[in-house]
Amino acid sequence: MADELHLTIASDVDIVQARAKGRELAAAHGFTLGDQTVIATAISEIARNILLYARRGEVHIRAATDTGRDGLVIVAEDSGPGIRDIERALQDGFSTSGGLGLGLPGARRLMDDFDVKSVPGQGTTVTMTKWKRSHG
Amino acid sequence: MEVPILKQGHYLIASIQSALTDADLSQLREALIARVGKYRARGVIVDVTALDVMDSFAVRTLRDIAHMARLRGSETVIVGIQPEVAFAMVQLGLSLKGIVTALDLEEGLAFLSAKERERG
Repeated sequence: MADELHLTIASDVDIVQARAKGRELAAAHGFTLGDQTVIATAISEIARNILLYARRGEVHIRAATDTGRDGLVIVAEDSGPGIRDIERALQDGFSTSGGLGLGLPGARRLMDDFDVKSVPGQGTTVTMTKWKRSHG
Repeated sequence: MEVPILKQGHYLIASIQSALTDADLSQLREALIARVGKYRARGVIVDVTALDVMDSFAVRTLRDIAHMARLRGSETVIVGIQPEVAFAMVQLGLSLKGIVTALDLEEGLAFLSAKERERG
């Protein structure tokens, strides 16, 4: 299986596809079933954010290694309206789309590393990583 | 993919077979709420055993189904949430507060029958 996936997100079918592919890659890299599910759920949330706010964008998933640890890095990028107040967007219950407001803060809780870069009017890039536990 | 909805006695059983898109979930909600009236169902069971991910949209839709069905006089039980899915849901910050859940279909049916006996 390829070590890097590039997926276009432009419809709700793409969300299902992205999380299935992400799960597959996580499984291929030896993540536990629990972590595969956590990764797939986080992908689902950020892919839906793309669809809700930017209408289309891309999700990139790749394996990574850092000081002996193996991980999976997921990058979600779009050229949508961007986020004016990232701090606020990361708070629970804050949503400008009328949703549950769980997308970003929820995905952050699921993953180990989480970073949001956004320029209003230009787009948003979310980078998140799950590291494999050395045991179990 | 359309979710098959079976009628068993006074109950409707929606048995999800595979991953669902947002549109599929919304369609399931409409279909169930319509059928609660059509079949005068007293209970609804949504079997999510086949779902390997329950994200915020899925949980919100299930919650809506349960609330709408209750407004129509029908109890909903969500059955079959997988252990990994439960774990991820909690991490994500999702709950099904106020919604009845059961381990599997059998337990779900048992809950509904008990509820009905209670109602007399």
